[in-house]
Amino acid sequence: MNLFAQGVDSTSRGWTLGLFLLLVVATLAITAYAGTKTRSAKDFYAGGRSFTGFQNGMAIGGDYMSAASFLGIAGIIALSGYDGFLYSIGFLVAWLVALLLVAELLRNSGKYTMADVLAFRMRQRPVRTAASVSTVTVSIFYLLAQMVGAGSLVALLLGIGEADTFLGMSAATAKALTVVLVGLLMITYVVIGGMKGTTYVQIVKAVLLLVGTAVMTVLVMWAFKFNLSDLLGTAASESGHGEAFLTSGLKYGTEIPGDVWQTTVNKLDLLSLGLALVLGTAGLPHILIRFYTVPTAKAARKSVLWAIGIIGAFYLMTLALGFGAAALVGSEAILEQDPAGNVAAPLLAKELGEQFFGGDTGGAIMLALIAAVAFATILAVVAGLTLASSSSLAHDLYANVFRHGKPSNERQEVVVARFAALVIGAVAIVLAIFAQNLNVAFLVALAFAVAASGNLPAILYSLFWKRFNTAGATWSIYGGLSSAVLLVVFSPVLSGAETSMFPGVDFAFFPLSNPGLVSIPIGFLCGWLGTILSKEPPDAEKYAELEVRSLTGIGAH
Amino acid sequence: MTESEGSDPEQTVDSVAVQNSPEFAALRRALRRFVFPATVAFLAWYALYVLLSTYAVGFMSIQVLGHINVALIFGVLQFVSTFLLAWAYSRYADRHLDPKAEAIRERVTSSTNPEETP
Repeated sequence: MNLFAQGVDSTSRGWTLGLFLLLVVATLAITAYAGTKTRSAKDFYAGGRSFTGFQNGMAIGGDYMSAASFLGIAGIIALSGYDGFLYSIGFLVAWLVALLLVAELLRNSGKYTMADVLAFRMRQRPVRTAASVSTVTVSIFYLLAQMVGAGSLVALLLGIGEADTFLGMSAATAKALTVVLVGLLMITYVVIGGMKGTTYVQIVKAVLLLVGTAVMTVLVMWAFKFNLSDLLGTAASESGHGEAFLTSGLKYGTEIPGDVWQTTVNKLDLLSLGLALVLGTAGLPHILIRFYTVPTAKAARKSVLWAIGIIGAFYLMTLALGFGAAALVGSEAILEQDPAGNVAAPLLAKELGEQFFGGDTGGAIMLALIAAVAFATILAVVAGLTLASSSSLAHDLYANVFRHGKPSNERQEVVVARFAALVIGAVAIVLAIFAQNLNVAFLVALAFAVAASGNLPAILYSLFWKRFNTAGATWSIYGGLSSAVLLVVFSPVLSGAETSMFPGVDFAFFPLSNPGLVSIPIGFLCGWLGTILSKEPPDAEKYAELEVRSLTGIGAH
Repeated sequence: MTESEGSDPEQTVDSVAVQNSPEFAALRRALRRFVFPATVAFLAWYALYVLLSTYAVGFMSIQVLGHINVALIFGVLQFVSTFLLAWAYSRYADRHLDPKAEAIRERVTSSTNPEETP
């Protein structure tokens, strides 16, 4: 039972555990404080609408930059080069959709959830039910990916190999325990701290993540005397791929000589991914509810501007981290630890610490710091997802569907929301433990695809198309959602390939791993068809109210 | 409408009248004149980038400065264009959207609650 039994790793593991503990204590203290400031439904769902544009911009960054983008993208760049950058660009450009078409109008016309806008001029029950189904589906997919990732990640960061034991536990038990702990923490943040607690945790995480990546970026550039070309050249030669490392094609859109069909499929898959990334962000419920935490539409605009600056800076720095890891750590050393490449950034931190801050101890401390940043990243994102789904269950399903929107006590609604957070958290913990050994990384891309196919069409039609009605809203949500999910079920992601979730069977007939290219047009088409085929006349008066409110803020909450 | 609490001021606002007013039409036109073309433009620019990354790998690998190639420059330009468009929209909104919305808000709230006008 000795923490320090592992030789070289022992210092680092001690530091890492210590920092994890510090982070847990600090975030719980923040949550307890936020809890004392959370009294009304407005506090719980929308943080009292009292955050500034800058604070909310930081929180949006904290909500959005997941461990998948910090460790994942750095890892993809370190192993496959330029292809990781394609992800970053899609994730950033997507914010223009939110800025230009969604953020301000949504802030003015909604109250607590995405469904507030979708159901504004429609029949409440069917639209709120659909929006709630979609919110919970997207959030659970995303949550599951994060939590399964958290299990393996923490094991990796603490240096627990498959065959090792940790405090007397097997590696599998340690991973399961991590999932449970992360789950309990996120439940606590949401149940006690509500939107305020979640926002503070996200702000803290954004600061830690930005400082951590900035320090590493400067050190990487320093190591190459601020010569970018030199960094790229070394990365390319160390990777073993040569100059091909510096353009796309190693991981996505790969050309298979002699196999025209597979080459076409790979290229279409890349286009499909790019489309889902750029259109998905503005349909993610946990991002949308962040716009309600500021007092005005102008503040919502300012939040997105800050978010674009913060997220853009971060993704530019991941470029330095990824290529830096390829150049300084080398792909062999990364692959040895983790075939998925998620350790690239932590290993780079260790290397930089050893190079710049005096040998092994410096390396151990840098590794521990970056591990703690990664841990904070996971916590902030899962809390945001849990809050989004529990808000929707309480405000949409409970208050407006089960209680028929009878003037219910908002205090009661918050009790339901807290209970819902508990249930969502518990479900996520159980699912994540069962999925521990499955490859669920695709769930993040699927969440973006569902958001782009189901939610975004409904939001845009609601805000800009006068004729849009109840049938259109439910058709677009269910149509986009089900086509995205079904296409993935019948794709090589689930069966029929070596890399599938269930490699033993083959029921795949849709060749692309990313459904967006097909499911996003289906979502928009369904919304249009549902509208023109239904006999329900559009409610002109409610549309006037929605349009006036969304553009001017008259009557906004 | 289940959303509004009874005390909301908008209960007394005639939204249809506001929607039909020339001031509101001007605000809507000003918003759409910017955001629709801008959305088309940045989506096309992004699509061009993704298509080139997919189908013109040869062009993207041309080296411009040492190991810095077209792909990297194109990628960084996507960042630059995103920052610039965000900045341009914020300037446009400050100058052309906020004052219009503010004027409509003032007019409507002062006519419905005359006793509250300063």
